[in-house]
Amino acid sequence: MPSTSGVSTSRASTSGASRSGASRAGAKPAGAARSAAKTAKTAKPAKPVKPVKKGALAAGAARASGERAKRRSTPLIASAAAAAPVAPVVQAVPAAVAAAPDASTTPSSGKHRPQPVAKVVPTRKAVARSGSRTTKPAKPARPAREGTAVATASTRHTEAEPKVRTLKAVTDETVVPLDVADPTTSRSIAPGVEELLTAGIAAVRVASEAAGISSDDVERHIASLLSFVRRRVTGDYTVDEFGFDEDFTRHFYLPVLRPLYKSWFRVEVRGIENIPAEGGGLVVANHSGTVAMDSLMTQVAVHDEHPAHRHLRMLGADLVFQTPVIGQVARKSGSTLAANPDAERLLSSGELAGVWPEGFKGVGKPFSERYKLQRFGRGGFVSAALKTGAPIIPCSIVGAEEIYPIIGNMKTVARLLGAPYAPITPTWPLLGPLGLIPLPSKWIIEFGSPVETADLGPNAADDPMLVFDLTDQVRETIQQTLYSLLMQRRSVFF
Amino acid sequence: MADVVLVTGVSRYLGGQFVRALTQDPTIKRVIGVDVIPPPGDIGRAEFVRADIRNPMIGKIIAQSEVDTVVHMNVIATPTHAGGRTSQKEINVIGTMQLLAACQKATSIRRLVVKSSAAIYGSSPRDPAMFTEDMGPKSLPRAGFGKDSVEVEGYVRGFSRRRPDVEISMLRFANIIGRGIRTSLTDYFALPVVPVPLGYDARLQFVHESDAIGSLLLATTGPSTGITNIAGDGVITVAQAAGMAGRPLIPVPMPAAGIFGNLVKRSGLADFSSDQIQFLAYGRGLDTRRMREVLGFEPAYTTRTAFEDYAQGVGSAIPGAGIFGSAVTGAAGSAASAISHVWAAGRND
Repeated sequence: MPSTSGVSTSRASTSGASRSGASRAGAKPAGAARSAAKTAKTAKPAKPVKPVKKGALAAGAARASGERAKRRSTPLIASAAAAAPVAPVVQAVPAAVAAAPDASTTPSSGKHRPQPVAKVVPTRKAVARSGSRTTKPAKPARPAREGTAVATASTRHTEAEPKVRTLKAVTDETVVPLDVADPTTSRSIAPGVEELLTAGIAAVRVASEAAGISSDDVERHIASLLSFVRRRVTGDYTVDEFGFDEDFTRHFYLPVLRPLYKSWFRVEVRGIENIPAEGGGLVVANHSGTVAMDSLMTQVAVHDEHPAHRHLRMLGADLVFQTPVIGQVARKSGSTLAANPDAERLLSSGELAGVWPEGFKGVGKPFSERYKLQRFGRGGFVSAALKTGAPIIPCSIVGAEEIYPIIGNMKTVARLLGAPYAPITPTWPLLGPLGLIPLPSKWIIEFGSPVETADLGPNAADDPMLVFDLTDQVRETIQQTLYSLLMQRRSVFF
Repeated sequence: MADVVLVTGVSRYLGGQFVRALTQDPTIKRVIGVDVIPPPGDIGRAEFVRADIRNPMIGKIIAQSEVDTVVHMNVIATPTHAGGRTSQKEINVIGTMQLLAACQKATSIRRLVVKSSAAIYGSSPRDPAMFTEDMGPKSLPRAGFGKDSVEVEGYVRGFSRRRPDVEISMLRFANIIGRGIRTSLTDYFALPVVPVPLGYDARLQFVHESDAIGSLLLATTGPSTGITNIAGDGVITVAQAAGMAGRPLIPVPMPAAGIFGNLVKRSGLADFSSDQIQFLAYGRGLDTRRMREVLGFEPAYTTRTAFEDYAQGVGSAIPGAGIFGSAVTGAAGSAASAISHVWAAGRND
């Protein structure tokens, strides 16, 4: 190794490090043995144990201690030191013999020379800066401390585990697998808790029977809710690369929207068979309603009405993902950014994507322009479908325009808040929070027959004329369907 | 292919581990490790040379040893390890400049491997779900490590223009995690209570430290070159990760996050910079198709198993938190089982 000036070279090896470590460790017992030998030597002339010449002895001891201090820092032969036990004074003679050559090898006038290998041993600072975690990994498992109240809690947990596992399968559709007849497992529940729970459950049964609801249903729901809570707490669920959390969507998000879907808007779905049972597809729909409730209802419609219970993966504006809470819920329920890379990724992985190309122009348009489609963006959705060969399914939503009719727009407020619009509706902001309740219009969602794009080939996406034509075709289909649905509608609310 | 390999940053955890793994390869004649402090661990048969890459001296070492492969691992992600942000930037940016200047002069160099980071993609609500290698950041990282990484990559691009004969391999790592490594994110999830931005649940991707070393080895000795994302499969969210590590969450509103982050930083518990908070709000995903198809690397750990491995190492922060947690889940479990028990009894009548 050619070493240049200013560059210090050292061979870092284990053997060097371990040797220096051993010699350091060895230094102490050797020093002790030597000191024992020394006292034995000086004590030798006065064989009767009591020291007679005190002054001479003290001087010797003082001399020796100075030398000892020097020697202690110098490395010694480790093996000899290790072999020598810490000798009591009585057996001092062999120890002194062992230590004698040792003492002679050390130069009496020897200066303290630091071991060069010792440099390789890192300082605390070096270790701290190295980016490695030196803190002891804490106990591998939570130790169950016997004899304390704590032990009952932890054992209860471990014994309850298998039953928790069986409950993982709990969904709204399936029945809870029952293997609870095992007496040992039921006993494992702490007695107080079990009795309390049994009493509670009995109370729920009685209450539900009094209310005329099937008690089995109630219990099944509570059980699935509890297992949902447990999965949430322990992180025992999977999220796909877009952030879609199926567990959350099925057990929390859709159940929350369902009353609105079934009882409030009484959504009627037509043409659900136009959505393919598998493979990619792009649902393109009109946007309206001040608050983008139409996209949420379409999502519920696709999941609940389609025989394959597909999830509609919506493409949302970046404003959605910027907003706290809303952005989080949107990602978890399967939405992702409305951009070509994400749309193509979704479609090519065989997902059903949903897009509302009018964007905020559609949602925030005044009530007077209801059911008039706005410009369909730049046709990015068509090029995504062309590139992946996914069919485009036009979707017309009637009823969403009337939930919050916009009669005015507070432009200054919107600019201050950084929002695309700040609506005034007949009830908002006049009635305060009451204005947030949507009007209960009757909705119809119709899925049209799919426009196939696979036969055009992926290169068709580079032909802007074709992309514009397809965009117009889809837009026109939705507009015509909207008009015919409006003709068929008896009234806004029924 | 690689005869004499020079590795920078060997005294840091990942550098030391990488060098040790590299010396296992018998086809490599010499491995030279460079850093300013001696390596704390065993670096195998590698030779340690004490030199600062911010000093032109590094050029002499490269020239005299006829180094043909340079692995640049001295890009430091965590300011606390570098002795502050100023020093971190100095090491990352000036160090890379000097090293590349030295490499440009050295005729023996045939390959340059750079450990870069996914931090160059930044984190914003306008990000695509998954970044491929040819995508740029939607909002350029303006501070901290992300900015350093962007600058480092800029210098590497400049170098590749001036020395087209040198093969360049740049690996963009997702957050590296494991039992041994210490980063700002491992400190973060080791906090007794994990503060999260209110109303956000970012997607995280991890790569296990052993996979990081494996991919670097492949980039050093394998046939492929170019920019490659390295990440474990799948994503987990911040809340999920905290649940797996057994840490309770405290949501902190985003406007207050800066103040809160500074407090945590002052206390020395974990490092919070503004780009870190952005990352914890919006997260990031990497597309790893190129890692599989071009680099030919198959990670042994998924994001989830890598994090589980880390979480096993940290244990519970508050004594009794684990027991409390298990009591809660145990109670939920026993409640659920009791319900199904009673339900079964009800069905039998």
